[in-house]
Amino acid sequence: MNNILAIAHRELRSYFVSPIAYVVVGLFALLYGYFYIASLAFMVQFSAQAGMFGGGPQTVNVNEFMIRPLLSNTAIILLFILPFLTARAYAEEKRSGTIELLLTSPLSDLEIILGKFLGALALFLLMLAVTAVHMGILFWYGDPELGSILTGYLGLALMGGSFIALGLLVSSATRNQVVAGVGTFSLLLLFWVLSWMSDSAGPTAGAILSYLSILEHFDDFSKGVVDTAHVAYYLSFIAFGLFLTAKSVDSERWRG
Amino acid sequence: MIEVQHVTKRYGPVAAVSDVSFRVEAGQILGFLGPNGAGKTTTMRVLTGYLPPTEGTATVAGFDVLKDPIEVKRRTGYLPETPPLYPDMTVREYLTFVARINGLSAAERGNRLDQVMERTSVGDVADRHCGKLSKGYRQRVGLAQAILHNPDVLILDEPTAGLDPKQIIETRELIKELAGDHTIILSTHILPEVAQTCERVVIINKGRVVAEDSPDNLTGRLHGAVTVQLQVDTGGADPTAALHAVPGVAAVSVGEPGDEGRTIEIQSAQDVDIRRDLANAVVSNGWGLLEMRRARLSLEEIFLQLTTAEEPAGDGENAADEENAADEDLDEPAAATESADE
Repeated sequence: MNNILAIAHRELRSYFVSPIAYVVVGLFALLYGYFYIASLAFMVQFSAQAGMFGGGPQTVNVNEFMIRPLLSNTAIILLFILPFLTARAYAEEKRSGTIELLLTSPLSDLEIILGKFLGALALFLLMLAVTAVHMGILFWYGDPELGSILTGYLGLALMGGSFIALGLLVSSATRNQVVAGVGTFSLLLLFWVLSWMSDSAGPTAGAILSYLSILEHFDDFSKGVVDTAHVAYYLSFIAFGLFLTAKSVDSERWRG
Repeated sequence: MIEVQHVTKRYGPVAAVSDVSFRVEAGQILGFLGPNGAGKTTTMRVLTGYLPPTEGTATVAGFDVLKDPIEVKRRTGYLPETPPLYPDMTVREYLTFVARINGLSAAERGNRLDQVMERTSVGDVADRHCGKLSKGYRQRVGLAQAILHNPDVLILDEPTAGLDPKQIIETRELIKELAGDHTIILSTHILPEVAQTCERVVIINKGRVVAEDSPDNLTGRLHGAVTVQLQVDTGGADPTAALHAVPGVAAVSVGEPGDEGRTIEIQSAQDVDIRRDLANAVVSNGWGLLEMRRARLSLEEIFLQLTTAEEPAGDGENAADEENAADEDLDEPAAATESADE
């Protein structure tokens, strides 16, 4: 455990001594802020329009009209940003030769992988924590329902964890950060749009495609529902991603 | 302490190392000598548990590198060709991290860190970023990293590469000091380094061991005929005939007379010591014997003799070429692994 934490600590530290943490968290906050204001404007407009039929502006459900679309948009932002958080994880160590230090120290592959995973996950959760400010403002002026916000964030955390696991896998297969970033992004995009084919692919194939689609499983979380099937999907996605990363690191040894 | 038996490492069909065997006793310094791309780095990587051998076994401190890699890594300090430093960490942060992943507790760390930094004289750059260090300091921080957890075995891949002459001498002194408590394998392609620091030498070429011995024995063993060099003041006479008459002399070559007399090189027949008879011959002719020494083949000559004369057959050749290309690419320390894929 101490080994895992040592690796995680070093990873997290290296995000903050390089511009990565600031750029990623800053740009995420910017995009999130934009979607926040856009959703807010949409909700206000909707509420005013609804008021035209009755007498005066109507109160609308903040959760349904603002927070749900906002969290769905956040999922898309993460799809674009997280691949570049994990791109360096292995690629940079291989390029600079520091991987030799890790692989000749008394650490198991799993400890190294979990350490890297936790390091990236910590930065990602910190990124999400920034948005507590925006949510706080909603609570100050309105009366949203806390429960479905929390489940929505749980969903984001699980989904982000899956993105990171896939990112580590791709990064472990190359020594080039650009390849790792673009590769991860493309695979995630593919996992997202899988469900678009599900209508035309026939009943069985369609069901499989929409099950595999990584964003499909997020909807229920943003509605306030925690379905164990979705939790299981994300957790197994993470576990499988990390397992394949371990295989990828190990196979490199035999290939030389 | 270290035992390597018939180790072969193949990358696909290409063998980087074939059938390498040697052993190192506790406390010894073994020099690993060979041209670039001979398989030195691959062998060292096998010993550190970084690469598993394709065939054969290697044990370090009684642990098999394949079966107990963690135990081997616990007892091994490794300095790769390019010191594995994180450029964004300061030297102190970096060494603290290395201490942590080697299982040193927080209490042990502080003392040990200061001790090692002093020993490798990197104390004055403790708060500088590793990425901004000069080559000499990088190498020493790399060495500090290797000895930090006080391992039984130190494996140093070209520890003096890229250092200036003063640093090279310091590093060699440090390595000799370390030899008491540690068993050391160091690789180099600089021959005097081996003669000065190592007790045993393994010469490796194209993935195969071509010689294993002490530096002295190697220099002594290899030449068949003994060459004796004389400096003689003959006062104008030609000594050729007189020296040829000495029993056991096979060939005489006489230089031009100079201020210090003539320089004469004499080849003996196989394994005959002709020095006494030569001295007598010179003296009885009334010449002045200014100097006499037995010329030995230098390590350089032996090395060339071994690595060019004995052409190993088969796939070893390809392996050497593959690695050679990789070794030249200094920017990519792990390039050897990639080129082997191709």
